[in-house]
Amino acid sequence: MKKQLALALVLCTLIAGCTDTKSRSTGVYMLLDTSGTYAVELKKAQTILNYLLGVLAPGDTLAVARIDTGSFSEKDIVAKITFDERPSTANNQKRAFMQQIDAFVNSVNESPYTDISGGILQAIEYLNEAGSGKRYILIFSDLKEELAKGYKRDIPFQLKHFNVIALNVTKLRGDNIDPKEYMARVEDWRGKVEKGGGQWGMINDLERLDNIFTN
Amino acid sequence: MTFANMLHITASPALSVLIWIVLFLAALYFARRPFHRAVMSLSKIIYNAMRFTAASVLSAEKRLAKRNREVMMSAGLQTAERIVEREFDRIGAAVIRDLEGYPNVHRQLSELITKLDEDYISSADVPPSLPNWMPIIESIAKIKHTGDSMVANMLAEINRSLTQQNKKAIEDYRNSTASRHSILNKMMPFWRKIEKSLDSIARSISNIKKRSKTVDRYMEEYETIRSGSDKAARALSTSALTQFAIAGLVLLIAIGGAIINFNLIALPMSEMVGGASYIGPYKTSDVAGLVIILVELTMGLFLMESLRITRLFPIIGAMDDKMRHRMIVITFTLLAILAGVESALAFMRDRIAHDMEALRQTLAGVEQTGLTTSVIPTVGQMVMGFILPFALAFVAIPLESFVASSRTVLGGLVAWLLRMFAFLLRLLGNLGFYAGRFIVNVYDLIIFPAIWLEGIFRGSKNKKPGMSDVEMPEDSPLVEEAVGSFEETLKLEEQQE
Repeated sequence: MKKQLALALVLCTLIAGCTDTKSRSTGVYMLLDTSGTYAVELKKAQTILNYLLGVLAPGDTLAVARIDTGSFSEKDIVAKITFDERPSTANNQKRAFMQQIDAFVNSVNESPYTDISGGILQAIEYLNEAGSGKRYILIFSDLKEELAKGYKRDIPFQLKHFNVIALNVTKLRGDNIDPKEYMARVEDWRGKVEKGGGQWGMINDLERLDNIFTN
Repeated sequence: MTFANMLHITASPALSVLIWIVLFLAALYFARRPFHRAVMSLSKIIYNAMRFTAASVLSAEKRLAKRNREVMMSAGLQTAERIVEREFDRIGAAVIRDLEGYPNVHRQLSELITKLDEDYISSADVPPSLPNWMPIIESIAKIKHTGDSMVANMLAEINRSLTQQNKKAIEDYRNSTASRHSILNKMMPFWRKIEKSLDSIARSISNIKKRSKTVDRYMEEYETIRSGSDKAARALSTSALTQFAIAGLVLLIAIGGAIINFNLIALPMSEMVGGASYIGPYKTSDVAGLVIILVELTMGLFLMESLRITRLFPIIGAMDDKMRHRMIVITFTLLAILAGVESALAFMRDRIAHDMEALRQTLAGVEQTGLTTSVIPTVGQMVMGFILPFALAFVAIPLESFVASSRTVLGGLVAWLLRMFAFLLRLLGNLGFYAGRFIVNVYDLIIFPAIWLEGIFRGSKNKKPGMSDVEMPEDSPLVEEAVGSFEETLKLEEQQE
């Protein structure tokens, strides 16, 4: 009898040990640029978010934060959720999330500055806490960072196991005159991300959103 | 020393080359015998090693084939026993059924015969015969009267009375005959009943005779297998191969059914056990769905085993009938419960899929059209979820055939592979042997001038009439060696064969 109990205990321990609830989940943190030049693009961001809500599975984490003057703050997180493990509950959560985003897009205020680095730092912190297996930071921005006076963002990113994907990187007026500016801007961000150990990607064609999770 | 330097051992390069060739040939000539021996030894080593290995492999193949045959015969005997046993069961059931009814039939027949007997006796009652008045009437008619009216009246009265009595007697006779006919007429249904009962008995006996002939046939087959004849082995081998192919095909179909079943329950299982947890690299919900299907299969196996349709677990077949019946009830109940669970899961799956589709349409910003509101797909999925576990329960039957026949088929395959391996080894051995001879011949071809000179030299010493200059003498040790090798080879082959 004792032997049988011991065997049952070992089996239970093995099954419990094999059960993994976090490491295989996906965590997505999306940064939305709300600066004056880019705020008009937010409707497109809604499309991307709807796509994400469609593909994310129960147990995955999604957070949306705005990029404004000082983005390294929890206050800038517009909506965040870890979906329930049951598909029916997760579906209801997705509906509620979508409504939250709708409300945000309709009531967003333009920000004078663009603190992308602060947003990325906040994203790293959030996703590390969430403990997701696959971590994605999506930057919906033109990648033109403008920091307010006194803000310091010369901190190297710790992006190991992170995928950083820039979405809808629009060309500014100056970029059209001198494309090098655009290329330099993109390369600058690529360098920062890869230096931090992360993987860089860029998707400008919103018809190819399925490439987000190919890495 | 370079090649160019070697050509300058004399002033003339041609002469130098010639000297080198002569020296080379001389060296080869003197090394001829050791070289021949070395090459022939090597080829013989290769040949013998390969032949011995092939012999071992063939021996293993023979043992395996013998074992295969034993297993096949044993399986064939078991099958034949089962068939004969089943036929005996059927005969037993038929005999019990017919003999159980026989006392009743016998009683009925006795009653009918008694009744018929009684009727026969009744019908045997002779009707009252007509009074023998004719002579009296005739004698009275002969009386002469003299015209006396009184006598005439008396005679007329007697005539009338006699005629009346006669008429009544005929009527009584007719009535009695009619009554006898009626009794005989009533006997007809009883005769028919008796005929029917006898027909039924005849049918039962004929059926038992037919079954006994079938048993005889199966017994003959059983005896043939028991005798272990080649004919029986061939028949069993063919039968095993056919069983293997058919059972494999049915199992493939069953696997398809199991996959469909799995897809029906995997999604709703995530609603029960969560969709984000994993066991190893697999989703817990998928594993749970698979476990349910495997449990259903196991229950199906036990059910079939308890019903004695299959014999994969002898311990279940050997249980007493009471325990076996309990097991049938338990496994069937569990199977029915699991089928119910699957049906419910199929319903849940339909609801979740509907909800997901609605969400997708909302996220895509389109109107929710095209979402079917019909209950037919839901009911269809539920029915499928309920039926598939029972259908999968029958997998036990092809599984048993597959397992039983795979031993024979795989055994035959391994034996064939061993035969092929032995053939390859023998081929390599022969190739090695003849390659050695080929090398020896090529060697001799290279040094043919030296051999030719040797022939001339020997010829001048002991020239025999009729012998060619280039012909090698019969007592040449090299020829003896070669011939000896070949003879040895043949002997070895004979021994191995």
